[in-house]
Amino acid sequence: MIETKQLIFTYPAEEGREPSPALRGVDLQIEKGSFVVVLGHNGSGKSTLAKHFNAVLLPSGGAVYVDGMDTRDELVTLEIRRRVGMVFQNPDNQIVANVVEEDVAFAPENLGVPTAEIRRRVDDALAAVGMGEFPTHAPHLLSGGQKQRIAIAGVIAMEPETIVLDEATAMLDPVGRRDVLAAVHKLNQERGITVVLITHHMAEAVDADRVVVMNRGEIVMDGAPAEIFSRVEELHALGLCSPDTVELLYGLNRGGMDLPLTAISVEDCADAIAVALGKME
Amino acid sequence: MLKDITLGQYFPGDTPIHRLDPRTKLLCLILFIVALFCARWLVTYGLVAAALIACIVISGVSFRALTKGLKTVYIIVAFTAVMNLFFTPGTPIADVAILRHATWEGARTACFMMARIVMLIMGSFLLTYTTSPIALTNALDKLLGPLKKLHFPVHELTLMMSLALRFIPTLIEETDKIMSAQKARGADFESGNILRRAKALVPILVPLFVSAFRRADELATAMESRCYHGGEGRTALHVLRYRTADYIALALFVLLTAAVIVLRRFGL
Amino acid sequence: MEPIIRVDHLTHTYSAGTPFERSAVADMSLSVLPGEFLGIIGHTGSGKSTLIQHLNGLLKPTSGHIWLNGQDIWAKPKEIRKVRFRVGLVFQYPEYQLFEETAYKDIAFGPKNMGLDEQEIDRRVRDAAAFVGLESALLERSPFELSGGQKRRVAIAGVIAMEPEVLILDEPTAGLDPAGRDMILSQIRAYHQARGTTVVLVSHSMEEIARNVDRIVVLHSARVYMEGTPAEVFAHADELESVGLDVPQVTKVAAALRARGVAVDGATYTVEALERQLLALKGGSGPC
Repeated sequence: MIETKQLIFTYPAEEGREPSPALRGVDLQIEKGSFVVVLGHNGSGKSTLAKHFNAVLLPSGGAVYVDGMDTRDELVTLEIRRRVGMVFQNPDNQIVANVVEEDVAFAPENLGVPTAEIRRRVDDALAAVGMGEFPTHAPHLLSGGQKQRIAIAGVIAMEPETIVLDEATAMLDPVGRRDVLAAVHKLNQERGITVVLITHHMAEAVDADRVVVMNRGEIVMDGAPAEIFSRVEELHALGLCSPDTVELLYGLNRGGMDLPLTAISVEDCADAIAVALGKME
Repeated sequence: MLKDITLGQYFPGDTPIHRLDPRTKLLCLILFIVALFCARWLVTYGLVAAALIACIVISGVSFRALTKGLKTVYIIVAFTAVMNLFFTPGTPIADVAILRHATWEGARTACFMMARIVMLIMGSFLLTYTTSPIALTNALDKLLGPLKKLHFPVHELTLMMSLALRFIPTLIEETDKIMSAQKARGADFESGNILRRAKALVPILVPLFVSAFRRADELATAMESRCYHGGEGRTALHVLRYRTADYIALALFVLLTAAVIVLRRFGL
Repeated sequence: MEPIIRVDHLTHTYSAGTPFERSAVADMSLSVLPGEFLGIIGHTGSGKSTLIQHLNGLLKPTSGHIWLNGQDIWAKPKEIRKVRFRVGLVFQYPEYQLFEETAYKDIAFGPKNMGLDEQEIDRRVRDAAAFVGLESALLERSPFELSGGQKRRVAIAGVIAMEPEVLILDEPTAGLDPAGRDMILSQIRAYHQARGTTVVLVSHSMEEIARNVDRIVVLHSARVYMEGTPAEVFAHADELESVGLDVPQVTKVAAALRARGVAVDGATYTVEALERQLLALKGGSGPC
């Protein structure tokens, strides 16, 4: 479990400018095995928050605990990073080797895992993200979505408890994004790995257990996707929007209809409208 | 254009040469070079050439691919040959015009010198053609291992090498992209004098450096996140192991070098 | 109407004669009409990047021709640079090409290469900056100090400042958050309306294309797969999905509603349009 207590973080100020905190007292608990999406526009502090989960950034104020371990304690830094794996935005800048399997093996090698065990973990991790056919490929010849799945495999090979995806889908095309999301959902369901997905794509939050919305370094909304998306006006005020299905229902309600804003999926949405128009029971 | 650069290009294969331990191949190459530089006359040169040809045939690498590699150095080869031809003291080839300065001894040295450079380059290319860059870095890491005791940063050096290898294709691609983007804004890299052309590179180099620094920064964070903490206590996915074939190969090359050294004493 | 750009049986083959040979564009023909807002859509590898680099002469066709206002752009290869001023191309992640000391100088790079005089360059830089919504105070700042969204707008302004007859943008919103996306797109729309310039928007987001363009060209495996107005294209939602393209969510809702007997247009592609249709239906069927 990851827990932040009154977390404050300020980046070192540039010359001649006032330092302004990127995080202003964040209290958050992420339950083991859950799938949490953190939403917010650029500069909301969501990436800064993510980088605290594996001690890449350390709090300026407050504290972060991973399974009870304080991230400021240098003795446990390595163990925290093994438990909380991180996948970053740019696929090209996180692949270290020029052979896929060597890259996936990087973390276990660092952790001193015996050779036979590394082999097993690499094969298992590649299979888990659907890249089992590519062990000896050169990463730079793969697509963006494939590279990100290699990066996820590289994290899985540490046998972590949590995977944090820090805008890992932002640079991908729709196909790559879909494949990456499918891979992390599978890991969450089949292996019980906790997933924290940082994104500004609303659609990616639909299947989450929980959505946390950030703005100006604070958590402003926190709840189940259906609940968050039904607060359409609040989202608009934050420069975000709900999925088109909810936006449609919201528009129709403003036009005098009375529809539930929780019908997020295409089928539910169509059902709700058809019923209201008397076409369905 | 930029994509055509063949930097230590590796042709995957499954021949006895490909299967050798990269350390064996590196050591054999060193022995081969020693033999090559000890070779003196037709017999010794012939012996070294025979060894090289045998390796090439076994490796299945085409002679054309190897001679293609020579293109880049033919000027050096020609230059050395000419220098040797004219500046070796001895009997003049003929008593006419410029040939008065060329000597029979010079011609002989020139021929051997050319053979030496050509074989040196073909031998080295054979190594990079049959060994993946990552295997070579691993081999270097292991072979230089004893230097760690002298606090020589072997692991850091080989890590840097493998990261450089990893990022070369990425940076080439990026350079191509930036060049295209600047060309789309009318940048002209093809005309003007040297000064103008050098200045025209600024719009490519600045973005390239900025992005290289950003990449390095992100890469460092990503490596830290994957528990990188220096070379201490690291294990490896691929452990290098000498097999019978490696001992045989090493023995053969030791024999070759020894033979060449012995034979040169007899002026062969 | 005479097309401003006509792509005529264009083929482009990479690494010809090697085992890596592949055609990124194969016998492709299409037209860009003067003054239109054209959308080109296709997923990665469909050939869209290769296609657009032919439109301004960055790549030379392996076979086929590109006609710009009735002239083959490769008729005089030495003057290909002039084509690049007439067909402005904004690359994906264009902020990575910024290099000057100030945003102003960077925007001026293109006009300077055109050989314009100081005064004209100044006018164009300021006009272009205004179109992308950059305050003049930012122009004197180093482009590397600006925020991600601002950098991208500087880069787009750098191409607009050449005042090209055709403006092509490759994924101009890639990696931006929803607010940044909306801002860039509304500025491009405003530019198109104010100038009447032909604009070509390349994207893999159906939603983005649907909301902005007059006409869509769908590319799939190096060929033109479909062509038409958004309504015409989205009427073939099934076919689009079969080639791995996502139709807008609203179009899916419209299709689901039709399946439930609600008489809406199956090719609806914006929330507002579907909303209007449904409210009209409700009003018509209601007691009042």
